[in-house]
Amino acid sequence: MEQMAEHTVRSYAEELRRLREMIARMGGLAERQVADAVASLVRRDTDLATEVVGRDAAIDALEREVENFCIRILALRQPVGQDLRLVIACLKISHGLERIGDYARNAAKRSIVLAQQPAIGSLNGFNRMAVLVQENLKGAIDALVNDDAARADEVWAADEPVDQVYNGIFREMLTFMMEDPRNITSATHLLFIAKNLERIGDHATNIAETVHYAVSGENLPDDRPKGDGSAYAVIRPPV
Amino acid sequence: MSVTSQPALAPVKDLGVAARLGRRRKRVDLIIRSLSLAATGIGLVLLASILITLFVKGFGAMNLSVFTEVTRPPGSDGGLLNAIIGSLIQVALATLVGTPIGMLVGTFLAEYSRGSRFGEVVRFVSDILLSAPSILIGLFVYQLLVLPFGGFSGWAGVAALAIIIIPIVVRTTEDMLSLVPNTLREAVIGLGAPKWKMIVLVSWRSAISGIITGVLLGIARIAGETAPLLFTSLGNNAFSTDLSAPMPSLPITIYSYAGSPFQDWIELAWAGALIITLAVLLLNIGARSLLRSGK
Amino acid sequence: MSDSAMDNRTATTRPGLGTMQARSGAALNEAKLAIRDLSFYYGANKALKNIHLDIPARQVTGMIGPSGCGKSTLLRVLNRMYSLYPGQRAEGEVLLDGENIIADTIDLNELRSKVGMVFQKPTPFPMTIYENIAFGVRLHEQLSKSAMDERVEWALTRAALWTEAKDRLNSSAMGMSGGQQQRLCIARTIAVRPEVILFDEPTSALDPISTLKIEELIDELKRDFTIAIVTHNMQQAARCADQVAFFYLGELIEVAPAGQLFTAPKHPKTQEYITGRFG
Repeated sequence: MEQMAEHTVRSYAEELRRLREMIARMGGLAERQVADAVASLVRRDTDLATEVVGRDAAIDALEREVENFCIRILALRQPVGQDLRLVIACLKISHGLERIGDYARNAAKRSIVLAQQPAIGSLNGFNRMAVLVQENLKGAIDALVNDDAARADEVWAADEPVDQVYNGIFREMLTFMMEDPRNITSATHLLFIAKNLERIGDHATNIAETVHYAVSGENLPDDRPKGDGSAYAVIRPPV
Repeated sequence: MSVTSQPALAPVKDLGVAARLGRRRKRVDLIIRSLSLAATGIGLVLLASILITLFVKGFGAMNLSVFTEVTRPPGSDGGLLNAIIGSLIQVALATLVGTPIGMLVGTFLAEYSRGSRFGEVVRFVSDILLSAPSILIGLFVYQLLVLPFGGFSGWAGVAALAIIIIPIVVRTTEDMLSLVPNTLREAVIGLGAPKWKMIVLVSWRSAISGIITGVLLGIARIAGETAPLLFTSLGNNAFSTDLSAPMPSLPITIYSYAGSPFQDWIELAWAGALIITLAVLLLNIGARSLLRSGK
Repeated sequence: MSDSAMDNRTATTRPGLGTMQARSGAALNEAKLAIRDLSFYYGANKALKNIHLDIPARQVTGMIGPSGCGKSTLLRVLNRMYSLYPGQRAEGEVLLDGENIIADTIDLNELRSKVGMVFQKPTPFPMTIYENIAFGVRLHEQLSKSAMDERVEWALTRAALWTEAKDRLNSSAMGMSGGQQQRLCIARTIAVRPEVILFDEPTSALDPISTLKIEELIDELKRDFTIAIVTHNMQQAARCADQVAFFYLGELIEVAPAGQLFTAPKHPKTQEYITGRFG
């Protein structure tokens, strides 16, 4: 991407810069929520989990702020071209980040319940998923802030490992539940947490896709690499 | 939020200096204004004294017989009827001949010869003619129409006046046509109209009030011309509508009567001068109101 | 909302941004005017440089670019308006339905009856409203009084002026408002029943409401006419045009469907211009 000249109207350039900063702030917050939610799960830290649940309101507030700001820019500046793509992308990304926040909060809530239950198995898979998902999220937001389509493409292509870890956890939890029905409560909660993390990964990918369009003006192809086979783990649906 | 470098604040004004400069400006303004007023005053006083003299003496000499009697020898109660009619005929004919020619030349300059060499030359010649001393034009017509045809004639007078009015009409026509916006011309052409249609139906129509004004001003100008008539229609003390014979006219009559030693002739000259002045004034007012209504 | 199962749909559907690229029915029609390798000179000054551009039939082509970029010049080539002025000449081809209108053999009056033009400032003729419209028709057709009445009504109706003008057809056109005058000029142009209408910044002298009326009119007119519009107002090009061409320094930099040009322009110069990062 060529380096663009500055806007003739400096206050407009300033507004667009501020918009990027808001998204960067929101992205950072979402990353931290994901990290803390998983940490509270692994460490059985109910206080941290409660904190995560409480912090979600901040992300929601930021989403509203970004939304109002974008509407304002659309109304007052009538952006076109890359500016329009950026504003629309930020609108969508803020929504995605808000969803990510919700998933993190849900995971934290479940880890509070889990802390009361006996521990089952190793939670390494969750750590691994959290790390992968956070990397992707960070990559997608960085790509937006730096107008870096290539970085967005990397994130877009990097969702497969997340899905694979998720498949592993899925099978593991099925095994626990078959072994001993008393594991069912914990395993179900863990399954939902894993699903939440997997969804967070999908949202990160979507953000990357949006960033790619915002930066380059072109759409990515329809099918992206996917590794989520859990839908077929037990029963194959009739074709 | 990073703030980009802001331009420095506007420099602070020194109020003392500003006040001093302001006082100076006012002084200079006062001087210039007084000078202009004084000049205007002088002009107005001169003009007023001319008009007042003219009105007092002219109205004093005015009576019905000025319009009903022809010029007679001194002491026999003559009027100016033949001079007025002669002037009217010559001026009317000169206008009839000169206006179409002037309009067409002006049209040529404004519509056809834009930027061409030939157009420049024509415009230059026309402008010279506009400012040429009218006596020269009289002499020219004398050489052209009086000497070869063996005598002064009304026709020669008409020709001289027409030559004077042509450049006036040329100039106003061209000026008025060049005020017609080019986009209007392009709009006509854009509909697929040939050029002559554009000129006749749109250019002239838009400029017509201005052109008529020019013609009226031209008439005002030739109505008062004496010098070219001296060498052409000469003047005639009898009532005459024969254009091939010498023809009377107001300016010439004024010229010869005003210089005479006879009191009644001198009074008639004042009356004639007043008639011409009023006619010219009327034409000017008419032209102005026409120009204003055209806008 | 916090239940993850409820929300599967949002994340798996693809981002909808891509749909912005296409204006509804973005496909462009076949070319009515095909400009091929066109160059234009004001004396020695080359104002247009080897332009290639198709102007699709019954659609609106918007031309944008900074002042002096050649967009108005191009418009004035399309109806040979430049032929009025000595020293201006064009090279190359402009094919109107396959016929080269740049050629010397073309009948200019006939060409201009096919390619009408509406100007920046309203240019009513100093005549009545009726005569303004009949004037152009009489140049090319001989109509009976009743047929002419019909034509005048038709043109005024198409130009969305009939209801305002029908009771004052015989009063001077100079007494109308600016917006009405401009619509009268459009009526006058379509009364001749051209195939192509060129608009040279038709609303730059009008207030916003009159502007919208003209834009609505342009949208309406494109059902029957091929339209090219030069405008300084990019939003206007975005609103009116099916295809937008961006000119810079006498060159055609980029031409694309409006939806694409205003969301994802290909050329960096276009990008800079439309987003206001120019110069």
